[in-house]
Amino acid sequence: MYQYNDNDQILVDERVAQFRRQTEQFLKKEMSEDQYRALRLRNGLYIQTHAPMLRIAGPYGLFNSKQLRKIAHVARTYDKNYCHFTTRQNIQFNWPKLEEVPDILAELASVQMHAIQTSGNCMRNTTSDHLAGVCIDEIEDPRPYCEIIRQWTTLHPEFDYLPRKFKIAVSGALHDRAATQFHDIGLHLVKNAAGEIGFKVMVGGGLGRTPVIGQVIKPYLEKKHLLSYLEAVLRIYNLFGRRDNKYKARIKILVKESGLEKFSTLVEKEWLLIRDNNELDNERINGMKAQFVAPAYDTDAARDTSFSQQQDENKAFATWVKYNTADHKISGYRAAFLSLKAPDSPPGDMTDVQLDAVADLADKYSFGEIRSTHRQNLILADVKQADLFVLWQQLELLKLATPNIGTVTDMICCPGLDFCSLANAGSIGVAKEINEALDDMDYIHDIGDLKINMSGCMNGCAHQSVGHIGILGVDKKGTEWYQLTLGGSSENNAAIGERLGPAVAKDQVTKAITTILEVYIEHRLEDESFLDMVNRVGITPFKEQVYAIN
Amino acid sequence: MQLIKDRQIIDDIWNYVTDDAELSAGNISVSLARWQQDKAKLLAHDGNIGVRLGPADSVDDIAADLNSLQLIELDFPDFADGRLFSHAWLLRERYDYHGEIRATGHYMNDQVFYLSRVGVNAFSPEKAEDLPVVLSHLNDFTVKYQNSVN
Repeated sequence: MYQYNDNDQILVDERVAQFRRQTEQFLKKEMSEDQYRALRLRNGLYIQTHAPMLRIAGPYGLFNSKQLRKIAHVARTYDKNYCHFTTRQNIQFNWPKLEEVPDILAELASVQMHAIQTSGNCMRNTTSDHLAGVCIDEIEDPRPYCEIIRQWTTLHPEFDYLPRKFKIAVSGALHDRAATQFHDIGLHLVKNAAGEIGFKVMVGGGLGRTPVIGQVIKPYLEKKHLLSYLEAVLRIYNLFGRRDNKYKARIKILVKESGLEKFSTLVEKEWLLIRDNNELDNERINGMKAQFVAPAYDTDAARDTSFSQQQDENKAFATWVKYNTADHKISGYRAAFLSLKAPDSPPGDMTDVQLDAVADLADKYSFGEIRSTHRQNLILADVKQADLFVLWQQLELLKLATPNIGTVTDMICCPGLDFCSLANAGSIGVAKEINEALDDMDYIHDIGDLKINMSGCMNGCAHQSVGHIGILGVDKKGTEWYQLTLGGSSENNAAIGERLGPAVAKDQVTKAITTILEVYIEHRLEDESFLDMVNRVGITPFKEQVYAIN
Repeated sequence: MQLIKDRQIIDDIWNYVTDDAELSAGNISVSLARWQQDKAKLLAHDGNIGVRLGPADSVDDIAADLNSLQLIELDFPDFADGRLFSHAWLLRERYDYHGEIRATGHYMNDQVFYLSRVGVNAFSPEKAEDLPVVLSHLNDFTVKYQNSVN
């Protein structure tokens, strides 16, 4: 994992000093609300329904144990003993005091963390595949490029006041686990005909009010041109993106309104003028790769026989292994998911006690590293198979071993009306109700791969439009209603969900979901996943049943 | 009125000429529209000429005239409109402009570090007491991650 050098440390320290000064000026009324708003957002600080919300960057989802302990400390000292993991691999605190935020940021800087550009109309945290570097379908590890992009985007002087927010995601595997087709820029490491590795560049994807699948603007970009190409796209967006209407200001609208061809022509022209002056040389790339070398794997790990025996003897363990672990490129190792979707806790939330304990487990079993996923879970990526049983037992005690990764109760959920000033409707309460209705683990496993995403408003923080089942909270004359969509996907087969019909009342959401599941079970072919079935039969059978009961 | 140029506090030696006013003597700045309309007259003016650009103006429209201009003012209607940051970069890097680039209008003191990095070398703050503030904020960061003009 990337370790800060002196310059990296100076930069975050100077940023803390700058924000401390800005906050003091604001509190002394020497700075306007408007100005402070723009500055605090660029330091991750929102003013929310109950209190400020602070969003900390999780650079492409990577954390070390020291950083997790610091997050636990911040949760304990400055917040109400918990934090929230987001769909963009970041961490949020819901109860910090505005005047203490500079102190929190100073604490974070001491462990090489920051909140720079985690909100505001600027380039945001770069996200990536949560199995980067360990998965079995990887073309190349995307993390070195993520870090190069992280640095390039951080405090970029020309592109910090964009028309709207701008998100970049990078994937290096055959299977897209980073939703790259739904980012302002999506980058895929690909091989060309000559066997060389470069980037496929997609542009103009995004979720929110107007979900759009990104389009390929460059099928193959040589690595050395990565930064010049990003610069060209950003300059064209900065100059020509709409600024008259914030709902039409994302790059997806510019691409749509000008057409991909015209937009690409503008980018290409700009790029040809700058590409030779800003090449990424091999030395830089190799230097960055050296920051992500594989840990010292035990070469005897695969000789262990206890792992299969423990699965034979303990059904609950075997179930956990099946759902909550993933194949690893090194034989004898697996990646272990920590489910942050226990039935009785808000999706993505973690307490200080859990954070500290997970830091210890990471030190003991996974080279001191932890990852966050865009479905709001954590991963210990490098666990020896022989250690999985004891790890599972400890995760059970911590309530982090619910064997539901990728299932219907592994819901993505935004904080909703309970915390967010933008929300129109609650989401955590609805998630809890659905969870309570689906309390039979065998039934959940029988349903299999099914992604429910639920957002409390049109901004779509929980990516409802790409959920296999999407739930969107809307306000109808002061009451909370929920629109349902079916068939969305953020993976390789990217698709935007189709609306099932009129919104349903809050007390009917759970019934609608269980009805949808019943229709699936009734109509599915053998081994057919929910998404495949929706794609085969369309929404009609679901619609008939859901609205028959409502 | 004083301003900051090349990290020094100096007197402003330029007169701002609005579109409906007569050209005054000495160094004057005019809008892009005025420049395009009265170019011949302005080129004969006894004194230096500056042109004001807003976010919606295109730097390309003035590229051919840059040798005749000693000042480009980037006039911020709103600090959130980041197009002028690209305008400054284009003036310096694409068109190799060596004259003064001055930020005017409603930019924030907290933006001067970024502005200086994209090639703005003069700042005309709204209040005299902001002069030392701007000088100090130019030093907010001593490190950087990416190439720009500075």
